[in-house]
Amino acid sequence: MYKIAKENLSALFQMIAGEQELYLPVNNNGQVNFAAWTEGANVDLDTLKSVKSPKDAFFPQSENLYTVTKENKKIKIEPEALKDQNFVVFGMKACDVKGVEVLDKVFLVDPVDTFYAARRAHGTIVALACHEPEETCFCKVFGVDAAEPVADVATWMIDGELYWKALTEKGEALTNAVASLLVDADEAKVEAEKEAIRGIVEKLPYSDLSLDGWNGDVLLDKFNSPVWEELYKPCLACGTCTFVCPTCQCYDIKDYDTGHGVKRYRCWDSCMYSDFTMMAHGNNRTSQMQRFRQRFMHKLVYFPANNDGMYSCVGCGRCVEKCPSALNIVKVIKAFENQGGEM
Amino acid sequence: MQELINRAKELLESGEVARVLGWKAGDLPYNPEPAYFEKAEDLKDFVYNGFCGANLSKYMIEASKLEGKTMVCLKPCDTYSFNQLIKEHRVDRDKAYIVGVGCKGKLDIEKAKKLGIKGIESVSGAEMSDACDTLTFQTIYGEKSCAYADAMLERCHVCKGKDHMIYDEIIGESRDTKDAERFAEVEMIEAMSPAEKFAFFQEELSKCIRCNACRNVCPACSCRKCVFDSTKFDSAQKANVDSFEEKMFHVIRAFHVAGRCTDCGECSRVCPQGIRLHLFNRKYIKDINELYGEFQAGADAEARGPLTNFTFDDCEPSIVAERG
Repeated sequence: MYKIAKENLSALFQMIAGEQELYLPVNNNGQVNFAAWTEGANVDLDTLKSVKSPKDAFFPQSENLYTVTKENKKIKIEPEALKDQNFVVFGMKACDVKGVEVLDKVFLVDPVDTFYAARRAHGTIVALACHEPEETCFCKVFGVDAAEPVADVATWMIDGELYWKALTEKGEALTNAVASLLVDADEAKVEAEKEAIRGIVEKLPYSDLSLDGWNGDVLLDKFNSPVWEELYKPCLACGTCTFVCPTCQCYDIKDYDTGHGVKRYRCWDSCMYSDFTMMAHGNNRTSQMQRFRQRFMHKLVYFPANNDGMYSCVGCGRCVEKCPSALNIVKVIKAFENQGGEM
Repeated sequence: MQELINRAKELLESGEVARVLGWKAGDLPYNPEPAYFEKAEDLKDFVYNGFCGANLSKYMIEASKLEGKTMVCLKPCDTYSFNQLIKEHRVDRDKAYIVGVGCKGKLDIEKAKKLGIKGIESVSGAEMSDACDTLTFQTIYGEKSCAYADAMLERCHVCKGKDHMIYDEIIGESRDTKDAERFAEVEMIEAMSPAEKFAFFQEELSKCIRCNACRNVCPACSCRKCVFDSTKFDSAQKANVDSFEEKMFHVIRAFHVAGRCTDCGECSRVCPQGIRLHLFNRKYIKDINELYGEFQAGADAEARGPLTNFTFDDCEPSIVAERG
């Protein structure tokens, strides 16, 4: 266990960024999001949740896959280079780290997504425990411990000092690289902080949310429930919930005509959008109710069915904070609870 | 609120309306959601307080297609949107029973949170019955409070007034919460050099994540199929590309709603990245006022809009060159 004074963090960031890319929460024009560290960046480690989750670091919202150009009468296809430089994501919360675990289940199984795998291989995650969890948090429900993030390095901010503990080989390597800025620390303060965080989590209004009745075996019961017909109505069909979510992983692949070639890119898709999964034959979800249902069925039924019971929600609560119509996954879970759900 | 519930119950039970469009209590003290109530007993969940910011006019586009009348709760500023939707033949006046609900300014919980209020367990002072001066929050980190006005939505600081533009009856009192000049920010931007303006908007718009919440919530964005949803359009709606959002998307949208935007402020309310989208709309409103005479979209349901009308007093196209 090591520590570093808060006022030395900029030196730490500078040292890390001298060797590799560093992504961390930056306040840009009033909004905190993960961004590349630059000299003078307004780093904000106090805001609990970035607007977007940090999943962009591994699975960017838009990325080119390959470029097609015509040379003389030949077509040239150039794949986009894979990430081959190390980078660090600093300040991820326990829920967001769990979110990456969910993405791994999608992108690192056969067929492996090489773009994602390259980023995972080169990325080191330094997680930060949640000093003051908020009422929109419900990570405990999904087995996440806000007090003890499981990442390459776990850190805790206590009384103006950042406590630092490497948990993996990658974490050890980063720790060695910045060792000159770290000093030895004892664990007592961190243990007290963990207890304090867990105490707060117990008090959060959503911490006792029950997932009873949600698993991979209830597919048709839940799918055919009349509850969806009521639930979806205030939904505006925007993509906010899906784009701020740390686990939403659907993407679309399209071609962009550059005028002298084609760029094939992929970008996050949203099940809330009208052309989600549109195919040559048309669209298999033609109503907003069906699209709305898809999001929650995916997270609470389909995903656990395919991944040994693992839900693809981590309880970060961003959808709770950001939905323009105040809908969210918690309300969905509760609605089924109140109405007996399994009809 | 009780008066509102009683009236809703009456209208439902008499069969005069088939449903009530209002707000349902949320599971946190500040997240009520727009909701339809079809049975009198469902109204036990009905709520109306300072957190009911959503403009329900847009929901009336869909509600107009349903069987029977809908009782819809509209705040004074929401009625401008409703009028505008009538003018555009997107809602059916005969399918609506409009209850003008009182409004003393609506709240933005994010503003309270930015003041350091977190771990909120309950809120008092947001009920519509009281003076709406102070909000008191019980939080897991102790009691906190802030002035009501400090947590108000931006649009309420430039309130268009406490009068409903269209209604069948009014329940509850309203107050004008205006304490800022509507065009002050626009004038500030107008005074910038072109390079400063570009930098300003680039900084704001690069935050955009293309969630389309601004478009989807906008009562003026009522096209059956948006050009950005077209699969044949080169800039697919979904790709998040800064240069497109900075130079095209929001500008196109603002132009499209120019002359029809009532300045209801929903775009800025829902933006997850806090982009001050209303600035675009307000610039066009200010320009229209200057070039075609004072005009407030939605003040009535009949008048021709300045951009869809022709008069001999209209400015000439040369105005573009003259203004620089």
